[in-house]
Amino acid sequence: MKRPTIDPGKSAAWTDDRLAVASPVRRLMNKVFPDHWSFLLGEIALYSFVVLLLSGVFLTLFFDPSMQEVVYQGPYTPLYGIPMSRAFESSLEISFEVRGGLIMRQIHHWAALLFMASILVHMFRVFFTGAFRRPRELNWLIGMTLLILGILEGFAGYSLPDDALSGTGLRIMHAIVLSIPVIGTWTAFALFGGEFPGTDIVPRLYIVHVLLVPGLLLALIGAHMGLLVKQKHTQFPGPGRTEDNVVGHRMVPGFAAKAGGFFMIVFAMIAFLGGVFQINPIWLFGPYEAAVVSAGSQPDWYVGFLDGSTRLMPPWEITAFGHTVPALFWPTVVLPGILFTVAMLYPWLEQRYTGDRAHHNLLQRPRDVPDRTALGAMAVGFYVVLFISGGNDIIAEKFDISLNAMTWIGRVGLLVVPPLAYYVAHRLCLGLQQNDRETLVHGVETGIIRRLPNGAFVEVHQPLGPVDDHGHGELGYAGWAVPKKMNRLGALGSSVKGFFVPIEQPTEAPVSPAPSRELTGARGDD
Amino acid sequence: MISSSAARVGDRFRRHSGLVVLALALGLLGTMYAAFAPVSQADEQKTTASAEDVREGQQLFEGGCITCHGRNAQGVQDRGPSLIGVGAASVEFQVGTGRMPMARNEAQAVRKPALYDDKQTRQLAAYVESIGGGPQLPSGELRSTDKDVIAEGGRLFRLNCSSCHAFGMGGGALSSGKFAPSLQPSTDRDLYAAMLTGPQNMPVFGDNQLTRDEKKAIISYVQAQKGDQDPGGAGIGRTGPVPEGLVVFLVGIVGLLIATLWIAGKS
Ligand code: HEC
Ligand code: HEC
Ligand code: HEM
Repeated sequence: MKRPTIDPGKSAAWTDDRLAVASPVRRLMNKVFPDHWSFLLGEIALYSFVVLLLSGVFLTLFFDPSMQEVVYQGPYTPLYGIPMSRAFESSLEISFEVRGGLIMRQIHHWAALLFMASILVHMFRVFFTGAFRRPRELNWLIGMTLLILGILEGFAGYSLPDDALSGTGLRIMHAIVLSIPVIGTWTAFALFGGEFPGTDIVPRLYIVHVLLVPGLLLALIGAHMGLLVKQKHTQFPGPGRTEDNVVGHRMVPGFAAKAGGFFMIVFAMIAFLGGVFQINPIWLFGPYEAAVVSAGSQPDWYVGFLDGSTRLMPPWEITAFGHTVPALFWPTVVLPGILFTVAMLYPWLEQRYTGDRAHHNLLQRPRDVPDRTALGAMAVGFYVVLFISGGNDIIAEKFDISLNAMTWIGRVGLLVVPPLAYYVAHRLCLGLQQNDRETLVHGVETGIIRRLPNGAFVEVHQPLGPVDDHGHGELGYAGWAVPKKMNRLGALGSSVKGFFVPIEQPTEAPVSPAPSRELTGARGDD
Repeated sequence: MISSSAARVGDRFRRHSGLVVLALALGLLGTMYAAFAPVSQADEQKTTASAEDVREGQQLFEGGCITCHGRNAQGVQDRGPSLIGVGAASVEFQVGTGRMPMARNEAQAVRKPALYDDKQTRQLAAYVESIGGGPQLPSGELRSTDKDVIAEGGRLFRLNCSSCHAFGMGGGALSSGKFAPSLQPSTDRDLYAAMLTGPQNMPVFGDNQLTRDEKKAIISYVQAQKGDQDPGGAGIGRTGPVPEGLVVFLVGIVGLLIATLWIAGKS
């Protein structure tokens, strides 16, 4: 019998003849990615999104976004005979009747929380290292849009099961829309198809949740990654690293192997959370009824900061031009509006402030830009106070603090924490820089104590480079990581092959050629 | 998991069905009696309290309660309210859950190990009852294992109780340092008495707001939910999104950060 043979070379040639993909694919495969733990944060978001897509499609097979009223007769006895919407019933079916349904629901929800969390940490990384600077402003903008869309998508998903908690969330959303001056009433009416809650909102949110926003997210994530590949990844300054090269691993095999492995780790983490921790137990919440508002009704964490701002806002109502603006308007519409606008425009704001419009491919260490780092710390402080206040009733209860005290702690904190964070971060940056400079001048502490002829004891320092007549190092400060331990210099034997610490071998790492930088278009003054 | 726990409930139901029928019959009888009795709170327990109990109760009262509640339970300014007319149910709840005698004047008397045993509690109740009457607890079974009753109780619980005690019955904060406690340690009679007497910041759910059967349904639901093993894994407080957010950062993000450090370290 003759076996069919496939000649890989031939079939590759066949493909290349027709699609002419060899050189682009080779270029892609030879793309070099630098290595730093913080560059993997965005990947967590990417992989959680993949998990969201997969688990979401599974849920779609069984979820029915209908507001038709039914009487529950399923296996969860504490709800037996209770009238509810078909949407809630089908969520219960997913939880208790569909094989593997509950873990899929939980995986979907945990992945959503992780998705948003990783976007946030990723954003912090980009901000504090200055990765948003020219030419990457556009990707910063896309990232911010992804964050906002993610919040929207999560809120829509949270509302779908039509349980008492999601109904409470929708009711608050309704109140927020109503609070918008002039157009509020009309907009709320249009969104909800009439009075709250009506029967239109859940089916509408369903389309938003499974089609509209995921489509947008997918497209934007594509653009995000496309720009990343086109503009190449940034890298931290260091030996052999310049504005015109990238030091790291080729896409294939090094980077691909790592990325594939990391996908498995992220997936495993989400599966672990979904399998071990119960999330959103809608059967305890019961179907939505207008009269049911439980203690501890909270949105998912990524909306929590808005809940917090609402709780801290004093009940001031303003009447102007015959319109009453409820207090709710300021913390839920105006505040996030300002926050997101400032965040989106930050790259340009910084350009205007520093006058630095140059092209940057090397990152900055946070300590080297104390002003930006301090501003970031301030923003994080502001956010954290709002975030904590969003759960202040739970904290009050668990730690036996008065709820009123928590509210006032939040109000004062909102004014005091950000400037404090600014000051502390600024000092910290300068201190760290100083420490680096000192090491460059005086060398690394060796731990070896020597006794001088006059009886004094001194510690021997290992200079990092050539020294002048006074024994002071002549290396300038270049924004590189400065080694502080002897074993980082190869003395005292190498450190234990690090679990956490990257071991850099700059000479062996492939370096991508410079020219393709030109492809990215405009050049700065570099 | 659900169907097996349902089966277990069913088993228990069958085993105790005789008892349940008896309880239901008694409950029905009680309800009918209550409906026809001229005084709304006339009840069964009165017959069991003897003059002996009242005397013993008075002695206990004078030993442990008089400093705050005063002679003849008339109350002491700034120490404790008058107990005239609060009824046996209130005493049984307050003393049985260890709230009374109150240790010190705090924002809210809290549950602690009871100082008096059941008999002494009954005697204290009999004494307070003897000086001013007031609501009493019904005797007999307060709980049903019928799934319709439990489901109805769940609906009523979510409607009437979840606003303070939360869906998961873990309790919640109220204003000014007050809080609704967890219902985890509450017995059937505690639940009934709490609804009937409305201790401190809890509203009274009189028989015209929640009928006896509705109260019993709520009790049935609360007690059935305690046996519920969280089908989704660790319940993390059954408090909803706040602990969930905590877990995603402390477990999810921290775990993955360690993974990123590990991967970047393996160059
Ligand atoms: C340290 C003072 C103090 C002592 C001792 C004390 N109580 Fe109280 N008691 C209070 C206060 C204050 C309240 C009102 C706040 C509350 O309901 O917890 C109260 C409330 C009560 C109530 C509820 C009244 C109502 O309106 O329903 C009962 C019943 C009661 N006490 C019984 C007792 C009994 C029985 C004892 C003795 C075993 C006792 N107390 C000992 C301070 C005290
Ligand atoms: C307005 C808020 C509020 C509502 C509504 C409410 N409770 Fe309470 N509940 C409280 C507070 C506050 C306490 C604590 C009272 C105390 O410690 O004396 C309490 C205490 C209790 C206790 C005693 C807990 C223990 O230690 O054993 C039970 C049982 C209870 N409630 C059941 C219910 C039930 C059942 C409902 C619904 C019918 C309900 N509560 C509705 C606020 C509330
Ligand atoms: C960024 C992406 C996404 C986020 C943040 C997100 C978030 C959520 C959240 C928080 C819920 C509530 C889950 C629960 O019941 O506990 C939910 C439900 C749901 N999601 Fe998503 N989701 C995303 C993408 C998707 C996609 C792509 C699909 C399908 C194509 C999808 C389909 C569903 C369905 C059908 C439900 C209802 C399930 C139920 O109620 O049991 N989701 N989503």
